[in-house]
Amino acid sequence: MLEGLLGRKIGMTQVFDGQGAIVPVTVVQAGPCVVLGKKMMVKDAYNAIQLGFGQKKEKNLNKCRKGFYTKANLKPVEIIKEFKTDAVDTYNVGQEIKLDIFQIGDYVDVTGISKGKGYAGVIKRCGYTGGRSTHGSMFHRKPGSIGASSFPSRVLKGLGLPGQMGNVQRTTIKLEIVDIDLANNIILIKGAIPGNNKGLIMIKKTTKALKHKKVVAKAKSTDQKLVKKPSKKKLV
Amino acid sequence: MDLMKVVHDKQLKKDIPSFKPGDLVRVHTKVVEGDNERVQVFEGTVIARKSGGLNESLTVRKISFGVGVERTFPINSPRIIKLERIKEGRVRRAKLYYIRDKEGKEAKIKEKISNQVIPTDAKG
Repeated sequence: MLEGLLGRKIGMTQVFDGQGAIVPVTVVQAGPCVVLGKKMMVKDAYNAIQLGFGQKKEKNLNKCRKGFYTKANLKPVEIIKEFKTDAVDTYNVGQEIKLDIFQIGDYVDVTGISKGKGYAGVIKRCGYTGGRSTHGSMFHRKPGSIGASSFPSRVLKGLGLPGQMGNVQRTTIKLEIVDIDLANNIILIKGAIPGNNKGLIMIKKTTKALKHKKVVAKAKSTDQKLVKKPSKKKLV
Repeated sequence: MDLMKVVHDKQLKKDIPSFKPGDLVRVHTKVVEGDNERVQVFEGTVIARKSGGLNESLTVRKISFGVGVERTFPINSPRIIKLERIKEGRVRRAKLYYIRDKEGKEAKIKEKISNQVIPTDAKG
């Protein structure tokens, strides 16, 4: 079974659940994705299918890409990603994949490009508190000493310093699916996901171990692999 | 933002009666007590109507045994079964927070009496 889908972040809002409680959700337009190609164990040493999402104008394609689409007789897409799956044979090139691979209550990981914050200082980027603004303080938003003189006399690895913040690929893990609208290709995911509105994202079934009793019971009935045995340490 | 509207339209209530701050209203809410579910009624003056769309809410104030009680309800919540307007108030503000500092007769809101006889249902 395929474990992921490509989509576009629409924005955040809040909805009421069955009990009338307000749930914060991100609205995502996910799919329909087109199968563009297959990777076979025999030829490529791994099994996967290539999925495409969105539209792209033909004039914006280079010759190499244009050839690829004409050969496969497909429309150009905005984004292409590979998803590993063992059941490659069950998919055909050109086949549409929709949201029905997910169910309400499932947990997913969402990958996207986070919002770019530019070149940020240590207060914004690393959470340093900074110094006093007034009373002759000459230490405002600086990082301060980074290596001392005699010991350790070098800069420790992982020390927070100014630099580019955001605009990197990030994954938010274990988010619950609140609702699925198959007709409009809309999926509601509980909580926030990386990136701007209109940003392209990838949704995958979660890699995180599911500990919640209800989830474990549900996962057991569908797929044994999803459930990790709880460690004995935590039980004691 | 078209798709956002699709999500909201699914949950928006269509039968909300017209009401304004200053009106006397009765809010019927579903309350869960153990295994039972019953309907609770909260009657009071609307002192604020906030936000819009799916997030719209109203704040109702009443005096209960000499103590002011305020509750805020999300209008579109499925827990709110019914909302009825009993009296229309004559006020000049959108937010009636000043009523919190008034007591007795000062805290009373006059009923709106229009020259024409217009049933509330026919308005708007």
